Amino acid sequence: MKKNNSIALAVVFAVLLLIYAPILILAFYSFTDASSIGESAHFSLQNYITLFTTEELAEMIKGTVLLALAVAILSTILGTLGAMGAFYSKPGALRAYRVMNQIPVVNADVVTGFSICILLVVVFGINKDTFFPLVAGQTVLCAPFVFLSVYPKLGQMDPSIYEAALDLGASPATAVRKVVIPQIMPGIVSGFVMAVTLSLDDYFVATYTKPAAFDTISTYVVNATRGSRTEIKTALWALSTVIFLIVLCICLGMNRKRSAKENTKVRKDRRVSA
Amino acid sequence: MKGTFQRKYLGIPYALYLLVFVILPLIVIVYYAFTDASGRPGIGNFINFFTDPNTMGTLVYSLVLAFVTTCVCLLIAYPAAYFLAASRIRSKSAILMLMVMPMWINFTLRITALKEILTVVEGNLAFHPFVNSVIGMTYDFLPFMILPIYNQISRIDKSLIEAAADLGADPRQAFLRVLLPLSMPGVISGVSMVFLPAMTNYVVLDMLYNSTYIMGSLIGSYFSAYDWHGGSMISLILLVIICLFTLLAGNDENEGTARGGSVL
Repeated sequence: MKKNNSIALAVVFAVLLLIYAPILILAFYSFTDASSIGESAHFSLQNYITLFTTEELAEMIKGTVLLALAVAILSTILGTLGAMGAFYSKPGALRAYRVMNQIPVVNADVVTGFSICILLVVVFGINKDTFFPLVAGQTVLCAPFVFLSVYPKLGQMDPSIYEAALDLGASPATAVRKVVIPQIMPGIVSGFVMAVTLSLDDYFVATYTKPAAFDTISTYVVNATRGSRTEIKTALWALSTVIFLIVLCICLGMNRKRSAKENTKVRKDRRVSA
Repeated sequence: MKGTFQRKYLGIPYALYLLVFVILPLIVIVYYAFTDASGRPGIGNFINFFTDPNTMGTLVYSLVLAFVTTCVCLLIAYPAAYFLAASRIRSKSAILMLMVMPMWINFTLRITALKEILTVVEGNLAFHPFVNSVIGMTYDFLPFMILPIYNQISRIDKSLIEAAADLGADPRQAFLRVLLPLSMPGVISGVSMVFLPAMTNYVVLDMLYNSTYIMGSLIGSYFSAYDWHGGSMISLILLVIICLFTLLAGNDENEGTARGGSVL
């Protein structure tokens, strides 16, 4: 069994190495003045200075984050309302919700982006510069995941709490607001986080629906790899490192919080059994 | 009495949203796919596609690329998920999180990193387009394969393996005849999350060696040429493949949360 465990460790760490080697090597070189990997180089913070002082880069990052927040808020509202509506509907309507909701989930992003573009820009003639096609398109991508994240929480909820609220004189709308929403809050929050990350990661919907003068991180990076501006290329290494560190911190924080929760749960279980 | 509010009415905005922004675009795609530039209905777009050796070559190439990518992902992800789930490593959840964390880092930045490394190793990436495509796609999609397989394996009741051993199965038999079949739902879910993007995510290839030959890139080039009919035709072909795939794989809604990167 002991031998088995060391094989397991070896495999797990080999895969982790595979996943992180490129990111870590790039992170290392982002702190140097090298213009490509493998060059002999000296320590330098120039890439980080470029990243934070070049207006074009700052605008692009700000735009991406604002877009992600707007899309996530809209997706969270729509997806949460949709999950509640679907949950309290008759089986036929529920099935219709689930099928429609599943389409953007299984569909290829390039098809989603292209079809939204055709409908809004070609058929309805909406100007891309209004940001409407971009926000609507990314919301199509994100809202279904909010729906999928909230829906199971409704099933886990004790339905009699809602009934009790009504018996105590709350109107149905108040009962939903004050009783149902707080109960499904964990699902809403994780749906919101998912929507933010999906919007940040999106390339295809953005490229088909964005205003010509606007860039998200994805579209900007793709254009930059085609271009020949070395200082921008290496500044993006710095951006990659910054994002990696942010995501790592969030993950470690989440993991610590969760293991703390698990520990208290174990302790509680023990207390109950003792 | 209670007024006109009913809880099911809450879903109306989302239902309308889905109808306008999900269903309507699909109808428009079907319309454009079956008309030509002058608006005449017909199946000319499809005849052109299926009789042109170039486009048929692209279809075959992307199917092969997606198949090989899926196999490579599976060959790496399954052992990783299996050993992580079956081992007695402490802090499994932390390691799992590390394995799926790339999902939350913008994929274009990750591909940039990969490209820089591969260039040092190989030189010009365009010399081995197929191999580099597989490497790039695998690097991009690996977490989406690991997560569902891990979740499925960790759900399997350990006593089933012990029972197999008690009944005389050696470890190999216990794995092949008990654990592997029980882990298949996770594998199927992972395959369906890798195969399709591998047919369509042309940006990965575009970034690696500035040229692409998969189904997704056809949509991109029709889009650049303002040929909505051609782009719709490709979209419809992809939609048919997606439908077939979903029917074959069984519609697993866990897929949704996995793609969203929910490990909580």
